[in-house]
Amino acid sequence: MRVSTSIIDSGRYESAMSRVSSNEFTYCDEGENPIFGGKKKIKDQKLVGGNLALGNSMIDLKPTRVIRSMIRLFKVKEKQKELAENANGGSPIKKQTAGELRLHKDISELNLPKSCSISFPNGKDDLMNFEVFIRPDEGYYRGGTFLFSFQISPSYPHEAPKVKCKTKVYHPNIDLEGNVCLNILREDWKPVLNINTVIYGLYHLFTEPNYEDPLNHDAAAVLRDNPKMFESNVRRAMYGGYVGQTYFQRCI
Amino acid sequence: MADAAPPSKSRDLDKLLLRPGNLVGPTFDPGVQLRDDLQEYARVLVVGAGGLGCELLKDLALSGFKNLEVIDMDRIEVTNLNRQFLFRLEDVGKPKAEVAAKRVMERISGVNIVPHFCRIEDKDIRFYNDFNIIALGLDSIEARSYINAVACSFLEYDSDDNPQEETMKPMVDGGTEGFKGHARVIVPGVTPCFECTIWLFPPQVKFPLCTLAETPRNAAHCIEYAHLIKWDEVHSGKAFDPDNPDHMKWVYDEAVKRAELFGIPGVTYSLTQGVVKNIIPAIASTNAIISAACTLETLKIASGCSKTLSNYLTYNGVEGLHTKVTEFVKDENCLVCGPGVLIELDTTVTLEKFIDLLGEHPKLLMTKASITYRGKNLYMQAPPVLEEMTRSNLEVPLYDLMDKIPKDVLHATGTIDKDGKRSSGLRKLRVVFKGIDGVTDMDMAGGA
Repeated sequence: MRVSTSIIDSGRYESAMSRVSSNEFTYCDEGENPIFGGKKKIKDQKLVGGNLALGNSMIDLKPTRVIRSMIRLFKVKEKQKELAENANGGSPIKKQTAGELRLHKDISELNLPKSCSISFPNGKDDLMNFEVFIRPDEGYYRGGTFLFSFQISPSYPHEAPKVKCKTKVYHPNIDLEGNVCLNILREDWKPVLNINTVIYGLYHLFTEPNYEDPLNHDAAAVLRDNPKMFESNVRRAMYGGYVGQTYFQRCI
Repeated sequence: MADAAPPSKSRDLDKLLLRPGNLVGPTFDPGVQLRDDLQEYARVLVVGAGGLGCELLKDLALSGFKNLEVIDMDRIEVTNLNRQFLFRLEDVGKPKAEVAAKRVMERISGVNIVPHFCRIEDKDIRFYNDFNIIALGLDSIEARSYINAVACSFLEYDSDDNPQEETMKPMVDGGTEGFKGHARVIVPGVTPCFECTIWLFPPQVKFPLCTLAETPRNAAHCIEYAHLIKWDEVHSGKAFDPDNPDHMKWVYDEAVKRAELFGIPGVTYSLTQGVVKNIIPAIASTNAIISAACTLETLKIASGCSKTLSNYLTYNGVEGLHTKVTEFVKDENCLVCGPGVLIELDTTVTLEKFIDLLGEHPKLLMTKASITYRGKNLYMQAPPVLEEMTRSNLEVPLYDLMDKIPKDVLHATGTIDKDGKRSSGLRKLRVVFKGIDGVTDMDMAGGA
């Protein structure tokens, strides 16, 4: 015995007077709608085929699903509006981007060494702008305190964090404007890296400065040719003093 | 010889909408009613009135859509005129959205286009809910991400985590770059959304700062040196504005000096603009092709007159012509369009208890969770400074922390223990508070 599983309400079954209701419609036999049936002569319907299936479904209490065309969905706009109102509580919402959520994850998983600390000058809810203090405990720069500012863009992690050194430092890989030459901040950044790796990378710059990627070529040349002089230049700069023509504020 | 009656304006559209076919959608019902319904009920928003936007407005209006709106925050510039064909020399300086709307309405009778001269973020999200389909002609990841988040926020899931059809807001997204372009169909909950496939983007081209400072090898290095390093040295404090012609000229002059120093050819003013603003010259035909694909998809979604693109088309006309359609699948754990995990709670449950519950929830098994809700960090496990700042929230009922809203979405990040393997995870949670007036139907559990 055949039962019907679904029929399509394409919007043609309303009578002229009942355009409003979308919960009821009167169905007439497959292809026998007199308005759109074309040239067919109107005749009495028979309880065969689809009509019979519908009848069987009714007797057996088996529901028949009504499929609405996309256009009919568009017509039912009231329901959508209502849903939206319930969801927002009526007021405009602040959207949190996927980038902010990923940043939230990175920050909540921070595992910094004792020599590094982080602070959030704009409070606990602004994770996009923060500061990191690095206090190396070994190497040329041990004992000094260096401040870095981090600025995260909304397209993080697609874009690397923007990091600037806010402490004027005599360093082959950090220039006097605070630009930092660190590969993972530029050409080697990948979205799989995170804030932890960046901070470790910065720390590494102090424990192992290198003259091969110089932003400060004078400092790089001294490190390469005369490490003893480099060491004394670094200490003089950290304690507050001149190296060449440049004055460095005390940071130790 | 009797003249044949001039062909009806909708002759081609009629071929699609008035006749049955083999590739039609399951609910396709050919007829004049369908064509009229398309005009009367379908409302489409075009985001962007630039290269793609102009083409989209024209194509959609000619395809039978009569209710269109367009949003764009820019004004017309002279360099737009080679492809944004709705604009003329005397329009330079006027808002793109307004001029585009006016021109299309002048040429195509019956269409109504409402322009919006503002940023997409300036609109209340309820504005976007008024439309049935959103067509995107954007030029950045950030803008697409934003619209995607808005459209997916309307999606609701029932208690079996099935997406509800009436809440799906389809988007058709197009993009072009020189001779290449893409068109994709996004139906939240069915196809992957923009965030599901964001991993498709290759990493941005960034030169090492030391290369720029020490060993430039090509014209782009010289330009970026002037833009990123020399600018700060000379104008420290003043931000570089790529839309300011004086700033751009300064960078160009410095780049030329640098190039001469190293004997590098090829620095031109237009290359300078391209490198600094990340611009690739635009080609009118690419925009036309992609817009045509997008419009056809919009028509198919609205009318069901054929199978829709499933779901990502790429076009490459650099040498010869190549197109391919790939069917990407959505990410079940997508933070933007995924169902998340449904959690039902009493209004008395504290944040601390909630975090404990997450460890026991069979679909989550997340320990040491940090919780964030609508940009507010409710509790952070680390670093110590943030843990201290948020510790006081632990004793507060979650219901209060969520501004007493009966149901909403929040996010948790922590350690997930699955089959003995521990990894860190970030999950979307749909929280529903029991016993609040207005939430009688658990099937409506959803959120923004």
